[in-house]
Amino acid sequence: MALPQDLVRELDELARKYPEKRAALIPALHRCQEELGGWISPEVIESCAEYFDLEPVEVWGVASFYPMFFLSPVGRHVVSVCRNLSCDLRGARSIVERVCARTGAGVGERSPDGKFYVETVECQGACTAAPMMVVDGVYHESLEEHDVDRILGGLE
Amino acid sequence: MSGHPTYLLDRARIESSHTLETYRASGGYAALEKVLKTPVAPADVIEEVKSSGLRGRGGAGFPTGLKWSFMPDPKKDPRKRYLALNADESEPGTCKDRILLRDDPHGVLEGALIAAWAMQLEAVYVYVRGEYRLPYERMQRAIDEARAAGLAGERILGTDFSCAIHMHKGAGAYICGEETGLMESLEGKRGNPRPKPPFPAGFGLWGQPTTVNNVETLFNVPFIVERGARWFRGMGTDKSPGNFLCGVSGHVEKPGVYELPLGVPAREILEENAGGVWKGRALKAWIPGGSSTGFLPADKIDTPMVHESLRAEGSMFGTGAMIVLDETASVVRAALVLLRFYEHESCGQCSQCREGTQWLAQIFERIHDGRGRMEDIQMLSDLAHGMAPGKTICALSDAAAIPTHSVVRHFRGELEEYVREGGHPDLRARRRDPERGAERAVEAASEAASEGVRA
Repeated sequence: MALPQDLVRELDELARKYPEKRAALIPALHRCQEELGGWISPEVIESCAEYFDLEPVEVWGVASFYPMFFLSPVGRHVVSVCRNLSCDLRGARSIVERVCARTGAGVGERSPDGKFYVETVECQGACTAAPMMVVDGVYHESLEEHDVDRILGGLE
Repeated sequence: MSGHPTYLLDRARIESSHTLETYRASGGYAALEKVLKTPVAPADVIEEVKSSGLRGRGGAGFPTGLKWSFMPDPKKDPRKRYLALNADESEPGTCKDRILLRDDPHGVLEGALIAAWAMQLEAVYVYVRGEYRLPYERMQRAIDEARAAGLAGERILGTDFSCAIHMHKGAGAYICGEETGLMESLEGKRGNPRPKPPFPAGFGLWGQPTTVNNVETLFNVPFIVERGARWFRGMGTDKSPGNFLCGVSGHVEKPGVYELPLGVPAREILEENAGGVWKGRALKAWIPGGSSTGFLPADKIDTPMVHESLRAEGSMFGTGAMIVLDETASVVRAALVLLRFYEHESCGQCSQCREGTQWLAQIFERIHDGRGRMEDIQMLSDLAHGMAPGKTICALSDAAAIPTHSVVRHFRGELEEYVREGGHPDLRARRRDPERGAERAVEAASEAASEGVRA
């Protein structure tokens, strides 16, 4: 798979920040994931390896190290509920249950209609507004169970 | 409210505090102008920061001026030199740098630029955790505004000094907050910490001299430069001067990030700033400085929030992030949540950490679930002793061992009760009365696995 021209130009721009091109690999994987279907497919790994002049296994090694990169397809919307201590103390478990009930997806799964992907994540740095979740990159804080219905219900 | 003098969050409360216009209107960039235009010699800037006694706010509390002075003399070592600004805030309980990046990014930037002058740097890389989307955008915008106004980039303020500032987005790994893990990650690799020595000042990013500083640490620098080391020493303690940002989370009435002088008793923060333990309940346990600093019992709540006092209690100041547990909370459950976190975040290089965090999590899990044995309590201690201190490449192993030791030391009674009585009280209730217990299942942690706490 050839990376789209616009994306290649963007990666060139990213790489100029650093004395060594490889330093742009993680920001580049972010951009690829955003632009190319929401996950890092084997084809994206191959393309990035070629772009960065690395062996594909090196790109696999990096992509698999970082929790923000998905190595299998996700839903149209990614729902990430914090499970760490500050959120746990203020009811994160009931938020997870509500999200799962509402979407029909278990944790680490896609919903049957492919609309949602649900995951639990480690501390997101919003501890003073616990419990919290991130939906498609946007923070939702100080949640109560009914907020879950409102937030997820408003998505296409 | 508390009557202590403030400076860290004053500007962040103003509307549009993130813009250059607001920042300049409140005197912003005067400190940068002072060092570049006077000019104040780089060595003198380092000396001023040294004499202020500023200690790093990212967890270790290392003296900032001393760290800067480790960078080699550019006259003797012509290599390019870098600053990695550590905005990979991910210590559980900690959310202060996010506020500074989001609401006062120019303050962070001015601190970085003064550091760049003091250490004569080629470039600054701002490593922001990937999840911090808005803080990243605000910081990028601040850099763009500053560059357009001649405050960053080429020939800053019309002087001969140039320093590039670049944003860099991480991808969600706790270990990248460790300074050498951060550098590996910034080079586009797995965030595996490096053995030390060599230290970053000699061999850092791309093998060049590098300093890694936390966001809040650098945010203090313009104030020190402008108002002086003596002013800074007027707050906090002799060994740990200045104010700090204290995140208070968990079972309190008013969770929030509060600005306080170092050395304030934890009780004052809990009661006066955070409104006390929620729901009128009593305090059971608290964590003083982020998850890695361990649990302290309620009777230690008068301990001053400062490095030297917390160390004497077998804890640490860490990131100054208090997590509060009320009398109904399960310390065993809390320890299980934290050990699963460390298990998940261990990079896997050192066997003590990779295996140790898994074993600790498994033991806490079986004690919690009612499958524990009395000898497990000793095993927790033995394992934690095998993991730290100083037995691994980085301190993540220590960060898992410290909370473990703290539970065995201060909450042995709860561990023994769980072993003797059959686990978490909610699980016991459910076994006795399945119907009534089912209603409380939400509170029960053995559901953890099906809820994906292990996912």
